[in-house]
Amino acid sequence: MTSDSLNLSSPAASGRGDVQSQPAVLRTEGLTVRFGGLTALDNVDFEVRREEIRAIIGPNGAGKSTFFNCLTGVLRPTSGRVLFDGRDIAGLPPNRISQRGIARSYQITNILPNATTLENVRVAAQSRRHGWSMLAHHRAFRDILDKAEAVLASVGLAAKADELAANLSHGEQRNLEIGIALATEPQLLCLDEPTAGMSTAETHDTMELVRRIAKDLTILIVEHDMQVVMQLAHRITVLHYGRVLAEGTPAEIQENPKVLEVYLKT
Amino acid sequence: MSGPETALQPLVTVEGVHTYYGKSHVLFGVSLKVGRGEVVGLLGRNGVGKSTTLKTIMGLLAPSRGRITLDGRDITGQPAHRLARLGIGYVPEDRRIFKLLTVMENLRTGLDRGGVSDTRKRQLLDKVYAYFPVLAERRNQAGGTLSGGEQQMLAIARAMMLEPKIILLDEPTEGLMPRMVSQIREIIAVLHKEGVAILLVEQNVPLTLASSQRVYFMEKGTVKHHAAAGGLSVTDPVIHQYLGV
Amino acid sequence: MDLFSGLPWEIILVQTVNGIVAGMILALVASGLTLIFGIMDVVNFAHGELFMLGAYMGVVTFAATGNFWIALVGATLLVALIGAALQVTTLRPLIGRDPLNTILATFGLSLVLQNYALWQFGPVARKINEPFTGQFPLFYLQYPWYRILIAVLSAAIIAGFYLFLKYGRYGIWIRATTQDRVMAQAMGIPVPWVHTGVFAIGAGMAAASGVLFAPLVGVSHAMGLDWVLKAFIVVVVGGMGNLGGSIAAAIFISLLEAYASIWVSPAQAVIVSSVVLILTLLFRPTGLFVPTPK
Repeated sequence: MTSDSLNLSSPAASGRGDVQSQPAVLRTEGLTVRFGGLTALDNVDFEVRREEIRAIIGPNGAGKSTFFNCLTGVLRPTSGRVLFDGRDIAGLPPNRISQRGIARSYQITNILPNATTLENVRVAAQSRRHGWSMLAHHRAFRDILDKAEAVLASVGLAAKADELAANLSHGEQRNLEIGIALATEPQLLCLDEPTAGMSTAETHDTMELVRRIAKDLTILIVEHDMQVVMQLAHRITVLHYGRVLAEGTPAEIQENPKVLEVYLKT
Repeated sequence: MSGPETALQPLVTVEGVHTYYGKSHVLFGVSLKVGRGEVVGLLGRNGVGKSTTLKTIMGLLAPSRGRITLDGRDITGQPAHRLARLGIGYVPEDRRIFKLLTVMENLRTGLDRGGVSDTRKRQLLDKVYAYFPVLAERRNQAGGTLSGGEQQMLAIARAMMLEPKIILLDEPTEGLMPRMVSQIREIIAVLHKEGVAILLVEQNVPLTLASSQRVYFMEKGTVKHHAAAGGLSVTDPVIHQYLGV
Repeated sequence: MDLFSGLPWEIILVQTVNGIVAGMILALVASGLTLIFGIMDVVNFAHGELFMLGAYMGVVTFAATGNFWIALVGATLLVALIGAALQVTTLRPLIGRDPLNTILATFGLSLVLQNYALWQFGPVARKINEPFTGQFPLFYLQYPWYRILIAVLSAAIIAGFYLFLKYGRYGIWIRATTQDRVMAQAMGIPVPWVHTGVFAIGAGMAAASGVLFAPLVGVSHAMGLDWVLKAFIVVVVGGMGNLGGSIAAAIFISLLEAYASIWVSPAQAVIVSSVVLILTLLFRPTGLFVPTPK
């Protein structure tokens, strides 16, 4: 695959309804995070609409992970609001946020190595079914099992359902991670550097995967690989020193002089 | 032993190196060369494997495949402390000076190598203090009390104590003020004049193009392109391709 | 004895001296332990056995030469060498693996050493004679000079080691390796050998304590067990890897125990150290004598 990051048309954008007319799924207002003297996020106003794929890029230390951490309850912001479906979720613990409908995959793989691929996904699918009934009819479990198998199919791991997760290749483990997030039936999926450490072929597969699952889902993706970003994202947000430097379509961002200056340090 | 063959032979060669972090395959066959006394730049975006390449050359990571040579001799898989004594100096991305040791003690870690006479040690210290007067001033201060720029200088000075043939410099200007960036440029020039080869990993394109003779471009764990630095400018499409958005 | 009427000042002062003496030996044992943990992240369950081995080497050397000082120096050096050999053969191959492996390995070593001592020397306690008898009047007691000597020597050894760390050439190697193992390697410091050296020093310190302590009690194959437990408590209370903290903690705990044994039997006084340990873990788990982590 020849590198062609000067490709100005993003296939993801074409063939989709006008994303701009959809309601906002997630919005942040004045989101600020300070660690002692260091301001990791500085008054970030951000908005993403339903069924949009938004990439968040920026140099090292720009605040991308911190931003994700605020959205997913890992970090409590110093000030500002995080509005998901209109309700402020800032400071809620991760399990509550997961139940509200935000799922996240991590940079460092977080799978259960000693469980099978299917079991990994099934555990996540189970979290959506409530109830303490220990005498539940087996049909309830059939439900969860079907869901888990469907998710495995969508991330391309159906053939490895009974394989121990530890035995999967790195690329497969990262995809399993996405599957686990998917199984929680989120409205918003946050992918943290999903193609890190992957070969070009594996990256290509993961990109296809994201395109497949993007229906009915809003996706935020932090990435360094510009190929992935340019070809997948509808819109891109560029962070720099904790602030939003620029926002726009891939074409707009590629030509934005401020962004170039920051990336090339001219 | 010098002669026409050794003069032409590169100082360091990296051939088809693959490196893993646990299961994560980070380097997918990196190949590059650094000649004696040459300044070579290694450019690329975050996460492409530039730091991992330096760590592999330094012996801090063992390659799973491929070969690394120094002065014609195979050093693949050798531990870092042996390579440091063979003449490879390393200045890592976060400086990593010994915070609880004084400036002088930090420098001494590179001096107590065995086979170095006391006079030579004195000479090396004097030389480094002459290049970095601020380190001389702070010689008895704990490393952790130095400013970011001073720590960067200490990290470079510390590597110089090894009298290395090549110094691996990982993003020396990251987080430094513009004034300090030009100081780094001068330091690189001085090292080059002394005949020390440098493999410079940087995201600062103008600095790299100005300081290097040749530049490699990395993407997704391999070296994708290679050019003479003199022929490149910041606005070149190749720069945009491997570093831009 | 009535607790509050006529507080037994003399007894308290005598116990203070006893506490400090015991504390200094404990400090010496614990120093080696915390050093090994601080630099190599190895929890050395065999440390008490190195103490015991040192005492036995002292017995053997003493029997051969009749000289206490030769026994002290000889035992220290011998056990340091044995420690180095043990580290290279048993612990070095385990570097990089699950820490549980080293814990099991050192625990296994302790069992091997104990049983070796039992097999080699038999169950009857041995004795080393102190280099000089002689006592001085301390309040109502005739206090043996030798006990003072123990405290002074332990302090001297610890002080000597501290100076070596601060000013010695290899002291810099050890300090650099403790702070940043990876960068130390990149500076040419042979980190695997630094680890061996540190283990040897730790073993030597344990051995020296063993020889110093031997004249006070009998030397038996199980003498290490009591000490290693207390030493671990000291290391946790003092802050793992914190040399100064271990010394302070050793004296602190020994003093508390010495005072406690005014009112209860010494066997029960040992509970004091466990209580201190529990309180430390509950409220200041990084160590009592460590600055509060931010």
